[in-house]
Amino acid sequence: MPNESSFKWVGTRQIRPDGPDKVTGRAKYAADYTMPGMLIGRILRSPHAHARIKSIDTSKAEALAGVKAVVTSADFPELASEMSPNSEMVIDFSDVSNNVMARKKVMYDGHAVAAVAATDAEIAEEALSLIDVVYEVLPHVIDVEEAMAEDAPLLHDGMITEGITPTPTKPSNIAKRVEFRSGDVDKGFAEADVIVERTYKTAAVHQGYIEPHAVLASAAEDGQVQVWVSTQGQFMVRAFCAKVCGLAISQLRVTPAEIGGGFGGKTVVYGEPVAVQLSRKSGKPVRVVMSREEVLRASGPTSGGVVETKVGAKKDGTLVAVDAVLKYQAGAYAGSPIGPGCMCMTAPYEIENVQLIGYDVVSNRPKVAAYRAPGAPISAYAFESALDEVARELNMDPIAIRQKNAVKEGSKTVYGVTFPRIGFEEVLEAAKNSDHFKSPVPEGEGRGLACGFWFNIGGESSAACHLNEDGTVTVISGNPDIGGSRASIALMVAETLGIDYNKVRPIVADTSSIGYNFVTGGSRVTFATGMAAINAAEDVIGQARERAAKIWEIDVDAVTWEDGEARPAGSNAGDHDPMSLADIAKMAPKTGGPINGHGSINAQGAGAGFGCHICDLKVDEGTGHVTVTRYTSIQDVGRAIHPGYVDGQLQGGAAQGIGWAINEEYVYNDDGLLQNAGFLDYRIPVASDLPMIDTVLVEVPNDRHPYGVRGVGEVPIVPPMAAVANAMESATGVRMTSLPMSPPKVLKALEGS
Amino acid sequence: MSQLRYEAPGSVDEAVALLASDSDAKVLAGGTDLIVQMRSGLRKLGLVVDVKKIDELMSVSSDGGAWTIGAAVSGAEMNENAALKKDWPGVVEAVDLIGSTQVQGRASAGGNLCNASPAADSVPAMVAAGATAVIAGPNGRREVPVEQVPVSPGKTSLATGEMVVAIKMPAKPARNGEAYLRMIPRTEMDIAIVGAGVSLTLDDGGTCTAAKVALGAVAPTVVIVDDAAKALIGTKVDDAALEKMAAACSAACKPIDDKRGTIEYRTKVAGVMARRAALIALERARSN
Ligand SMILES: Cc1cc2nc3c(=O)[nH]c(=O)nc-3n(C[C@H](O)[C@H](O)[C@H](O)COP(=O)(O)OP(=O)(O)OC[C@H]3O[C@@H](n4cnc5c(N)ncnc54)[C@H](O)[C@@H]3O)c2cc1C
Repeated sequence: MPNESSFKWVGTRQIRPDGPDKVTGRAKYAADYTMPGMLIGRILRSPHAHARIKSIDTSKAEALAGVKAVVTSADFPELASEMSPNSEMVIDFSDVSNNVMARKKVMYDGHAVAAVAATDAEIAEEALSLIDVVYEVLPHVIDVEEAMAEDAPLLHDGMITEGITPTPTKPSNIAKRVEFRSGDVDKGFAEADVIVERTYKTAAVHQGYIEPHAVLASAAEDGQVQVWVSTQGQFMVRAFCAKVCGLAISQLRVTPAEIGGGFGGKTVVYGEPVAVQLSRKSGKPVRVVMSREEVLRASGPTSGGVVETKVGAKKDGTLVAVDAVLKYQAGAYAGSPIGPGCMCMTAPYEIENVQLIGYDVVSNRPKVAAYRAPGAPISAYAFESALDEVARELNMDPIAIRQKNAVKEGSKTVYGVTFPRIGFEEVLEAAKNSDHFKSPVPEGEGRGLACGFWFNIGGESSAACHLNEDGTVTVISGNPDIGGSRASIALMVAETLGIDYNKVRPIVADTSSIGYNFVTGGSRVTFATGMAAINAAEDVIGQARERAAKIWEIDVDAVTWEDGEARPAGSNAGDHDPMSLADIAKMAPKTGGPINGHGSINAQGAGAGFGCHICDLKVDEGTGHVTVTRYTSIQDVGRAIHPGYVDGQLQGGAAQGIGWAINEEYVYNDDGLLQNAGFLDYRIPVASDLPMIDTVLVEVPNDRHPYGVRGVGEVPIVPPMAAVANAMESATGVRMTSLPMSPPKVLKALEGS
Repeated sequence: MSQLRYEAPGSVDEAVALLASDSDAKVLAGGTDLIVQMRSGLRKLGLVVDVKKIDELMSVSSDGGAWTIGAAVSGAEMNENAALKKDWPGVVEAVDLIGSTQVQGRASAGGNLCNASPAADSVPAMVAAGATAVIAGPNGRREVPVEQVPVSPGKTSLATGEMVVAIKMPAKPARNGEAYLRMIPRTEMDIAIVGAGVSLTLDDGGTCTAAKVALGAVAPTVVIVDDAAKALIGTKVDDAALEKMAAACSAACKPIDDKRGTIEYRTKVAGVMARRAALIALERARSN
């Protein structure tokens, strides 16, 4: 690894390449794209939580002047079950297809049943009202525990719980059971001096990206289809649209637009295949833009869950046993983040005896999608709350009990991985030394602390580095930039090449202009795609050295690359003036043609991340209103390539987590219909709800990355819910075991205490 | 396909004539309710009559201490009027609670009243302060207490062709103070779960001689709680009186259980908000 102090660009705060366009309004988002002859697509959605589709009559809509195409599930091939990795989760293509356009049954309020493309939005809306769908309403189930009950309405007749032996004979709403185990929990609890046993509940919450899903698709007569889309993965859109629409991958070219937030929610498709089929059917380009209401009714939130938790500790604070049952909502189709939820629950601590049993449960809600550290915030809320109670019973400092049990290099996780060099101990030390922790708790307030873990992922990435004629550089990669990754990639390439950051122009390419990249997810882009870009830059350096060797007529091994220049390696190599990248670029036509570097990897060794959050808050005892007054997010970030954007990740995750803790929830009525499909009543925090969120960046470099990068984007949403709940207990003496801690619930809890 | 007609007349008479010509017509003031409702498909309209070109609806004036506030005057403008704010801080603060800085540039008290939402923030404050609405229509003008304008959620007592021209505030009584507070789960950009407006007048000895308490979001329309006023009148607005007033407020609530709050919560918090508003009103009355 290069010596830290010698870094010229890595670790500096430069202006992001996409910044000026975004602040001046020039940046082009998917809904900004138009084409000649473009039609407007609109989607008809289920008004029922669960119903059989008896018939769909689209003839009146088709007859309306201005309507150019109508599609239903009959226009999509029926797919066999086939699993595919999807962000940190897996997804079944057949479910993707059925979720995109309901087949036989609608599974939730807002499920798409038909779509139209018309010459304008008004005609499209009117056409929707002319589609006649006959439903047979079926009993529905929303709550995860009710969905697990023996007599619950069944969503899928053929759903046999995986992971149970012997295989059950009767179908249920439990898609899967998972189990993680180490040691012997009975023995562990027998050794415990203190046992805390509680059930914690969390509500389903939406990612809340400000930009709704938007796509423009244009199918040509020769079968080629172009797509411009708001997504976290143009290659995912290509693969999913190919499957769902019955196309070859080579028939699709997908361009990612600038993206107005995703947080995991844009790692799947909704309107994209619909726009493609409408365009293929009408022969015109079709744009489909969701409304906020559609986003909330039909795009993926993350699971709500129930976590039955039992934690045992010795008098000295040693954690000896954890036994937990986790029940996660998957939405209407299998695939909640139950696996990661279990994996992350106790991962920050060395605990000898652990047993975690998880259930993936379907109910009549929109299918969940990834959301920052999918699954981990739910289980961490439970565990870190219980741990706080253990510490209280033992009269132990919340940091001391965590330090006592903290994982370090060589610690083994319950999911089988042995940690390499990690930074949790450093994080706890930094928390202890933070100004926030050292300052007294203000009068009338409470303070809480909680930690969180996320494993982060690597995966497949491709990048290219083109040396331009004047010595500037274009870096081409294939991951939509949702957190400043272009800036980070440009910084690492500038550092590697030894040239000015402003001479490096990074772009995010379409699927035909760069090799495959897995989605922007799992906090992998700066790590994995960054590594591919570094490899591509090193490829350029190798070629530049060869060109210099050719010009100097010496062996390539006698040419070194230093400070952005080719130099003769020592006096034996002869006396040659160094050649800059610009010099070499100028000579390129005569020395072999353009110099282009490539990097293609399946990145391994993603560094796990740990965070510790400290929250101060006060509670209005007359109304139950909670005000967070001070908040600090401390995290091991490997190395902060662009510290400003790392701060932004830590702050954004905390802000979303505080929303999750205090106000966000899906409210359903008795008919299973969503009551709060808008930002007025689905309450993400507004700016005035939050204090400035302070950050402490702890840097324990990941030795599996040239610059020490660890993913940083997901860890910060893991601790907030417990940090807030622990602060609530400190402020009021009341333990909140159910999210959100909204004013009515808090007031009720205060009165019950 | 339905066509939307937009008119922006320059006088009240023209506006009234337009409104009378189409039973589906609607007044457009700031549009922060109307346009949102139209865009979400809740309202399909034939004619929109923009009243912001009419001077009378866009100006604030005072005459012998009494105020006339044009129905379409924006919240921002009311908030910048120091004299109005000095006389009726509770009303101005209530209007100022609506939305955000951007919304304030448009939202009007007239629109807040005529949208007839049970949770409208300015309404309990205006009711407590004794505001009246000047209404113009095909048969001339009339003036009614503001509480007579909304009749149920989304419905007003305005007849076809009628519109609110102005809100009138009486001359400020000596030693009167008023205040409005609301409970929202966030800190802004939210809808009141409970709102409470309190106005009270003291004599020289500090005894309450007149009071009016109005609650929002706890019933289909604003609720005037006479028992709450009675609990204050004749007292020094001490703890016991406030306690009694809060209890009267809770008792007067007829809320619904909905996504925004439970009956139990609204009932309880109505008393809390009214009590806190009364304390601010008391402070103001003492210094007036
Ligand atoms: C983001 C946001 C936040 C908001 N926050 C709040 C809040 O905190 N508290 C709150 O109470 N409200 C809130 N609102 C609602 C709205 O801003 C207020 O009700 C506002 O006062 C409406 O005024 P307006 O001038 O925009 O009315 P408009 O939208 O123009 O009109 C509202 C209704 O009243 C009718 N109308 C308007 N003027 C007249 C008139 N002179 N005569 C007859 N009828 C008339 C219209 O036809 C329409 O039906 C919010 C709205 C938004 C979009």
